[in-house]
Amino acid sequence: MSDRTASRAGSAPAVAIRDLRFAYVAGRDVIDIPTLEFAAGETVFLHGPSGSGKTTLLGLIAGVLAPRAGHLTLLGTDLTTLSSGARDHFRAAHLGYVFQMFNLIPYLSVRENITLPCRLSATRRSRVTDPEAAAQALAERLEIAGLLESRVTALSVGQQQRVAVARALIGAPELIVCDEPTSALDADRRDRFLELLFANVAEAGSTLLFVSHDLSLAGRFDRTLALRELNRAATAGGI
Amino acid sequence: MLLLSLAWRSLRNRAVISGLTLLSIALSVALLVGIEHIRRGVRESFAGTIKGTDLIVGARGGTTQVLLSTVFGMSTPTGSVSWATYERWRAHPAVRWTIPYALGDAHKGQRVIGTTAEFFTRYRFRDRSVTFTEGGPPDTDREVAIGAEVAERLGYTLRSEVVLAHGVAAVSFAEHTAHPFIVSGIIDRTFTPIDRALYVTLDGLTAMHEAEEGAGGLMMGPPTTQTEGPAPITAFLVGTKNRFETLQLQREMNEDRAEPLTAIIPGVALGQLWQTIGSAEVGLRVVATLTLIVGLIGMCVALFASLESRRREMAILRAVGAGPRTIVSLLVIESGVLAILGAMTGVAMVYGGIFLARSAVEARFGVALTLHPLGSTEWLYLGLIVVAGTLVGLLPAWRAYRNSLADGLSPSL
Repeated sequence: MSDRTASRAGSAPAVAIRDLRFAYVAGRDVIDIPTLEFAAGETVFLHGPSGSGKTTLLGLIAGVLAPRAGHLTLLGTDLTTLSSGARDHFRAAHLGYVFQMFNLIPYLSVRENITLPCRLSATRRSRVTDPEAAAQALAERLEIAGLLESRVTALSVGQQQRVAVARALIGAPELIVCDEPTSALDADRRDRFLELLFANVAEAGSTLLFVSHDLSLAGRFDRTLALRELNRAATAGGI
Repeated sequence: MLLLSLAWRSLRNRAVISGLTLLSIALSVALLVGIEHIRRGVRESFAGTIKGTDLIVGARGGTTQVLLSTVFGMSTPTGSVSWATYERWRAHPAVRWTIPYALGDAHKGQRVIGTTAEFFTRYRFRDRSVTFTEGGPPDTDREVAIGAEVAERLGYTLRSEVVLAHGVAAVSFAEHTAHPFIVSGIIDRTFTPIDRALYVTLDGLTAMHEAEEGAGGLMMGPPTTQTEGPAPITAFLVGTKNRFETLQLQREMNEDRAEPLTAIIPGVALGQLWQTIGSAEVGLRVVATLTLIVGLIGMCVALFASLESRRREMAILRAVGAGPRTIVSLLVIESGVLAILGAMTGVAMVYGGIFLARSAVEARFGVALTLHPLGSTEWLYLGLIVVAGTLVGLLPAWRAYRNSLADGLSPSL
């Protein structure tokens, strides 16, 4: 598998999309993107109101959905050539994902939630000397070290989101995808969250794909893209 | 290992539902395994009604009738065996010992049996011999040993005077013909038909009959056609010198030209009888199996009910790299863990229950429940339960698989 060759040191873009099409129902495309590319290490703000195909695009990039046509290349690996099992494997190794909310497995402790990717992926595991220590270090950087042994149900939304970031970052995956991670936070918490997110993503050297409908956040990113303009299916009123 | 740990944590997170599901499976397992244990205990007690006797010989008749009349004190004897015939077989070179059995009158619903001292030394049940709570075997023709239940029901104690003969109301002879017996001993409770019988000597039985005849009463026992020698008996038990000669001896006896006899092997006859009366256990097993099915359906329902609230959890697992098959495995492992723990708990309940109740059960019913290791039938049940439990988990797992494919990373909640 090309897992090891697709390292961030290589010149391959983090994400490269060519003529990507996807439809839940045949004949009704919800994604139709001629071209889209993120460089390795770039921080990208993707502006996508609901109905622009945002959720679908993230599903495709994560390898949970399979495109109908076109190419979707992550870190030099064309996902469209992989089986669904191989895509799951690829996602575990190279992608960190942060949801809008409810990011955590309720029956695991904070520490176990953070180390979960290391238990699912040998690649992620191999990049840390000790998952427990890595979780500790990330928790300190994200200011949640005191919560490591807590039950996740005892955490505030802001704390839960930081735990989610720690889990996305452990084992330094090449690509971090955040799906509206700040929408449930108030302004103060949102700013602090973004500061910590940027600092840690930079530290890991990962590419950051940040999706939000809140344009006021766009200034912090290397690049801002509007999904409605990229996705022909959305502009055509596909949804 | 990860999935097992996730499944375990997930079950613990839903402790009440998981606990109740586990309990329902455990109870049905306990019912199945418990019935199996009790069945075995009852069968062993039944098979142990008579031990160490190689042949039971009665007048020509049905196997079951000979067994029932001799060992269980039920049904009527097949006829009588003359004393000469008995003597002849007792002298047979293959015979080590014999116990004569003369079934006489009933005393207030309990059987009176005439026998010899051999009965008290040779007779075995469940590898035990006849022992006495008080006193000992009857020595004279005026002594009677009584079973524990007879003593209890009729209120007899040692030295009690018992009038065994009926029809002694004739006016002038009353004091002469009445043949009262003295209780010489009370036999320890055996949980066999011995408890419900009275034992007199052969002479005692003859005396009792003579007393009846003399009084002009009803003749209940075997007719005393001979004027010389002891009265005929109804059956006799045989112990052989060499077990391997039993079949040969049985054949010889069955072909006795002088007097038609039926010789039965107690173990074989008991087995045949058990076949006919033991079918009640099938009903018990059916009920237990139905209970188990209800338990498994309950587990299926509990897992299904949890799925909707777990779609978010499945999406998170998908996001960190779990495939749909992992989701299926997680749920199947959860049901498998519930089934295994349920089975183990059920078995523990049975052993705990037997440990606590066995002395009470033995004292009350004479069924010796033993804490024996699980037999092949039980292991088969447990295996089937675990397999069935895991397979039942496939239904909600399949639903979860479909959900996780449709939801991907965005469950519509």
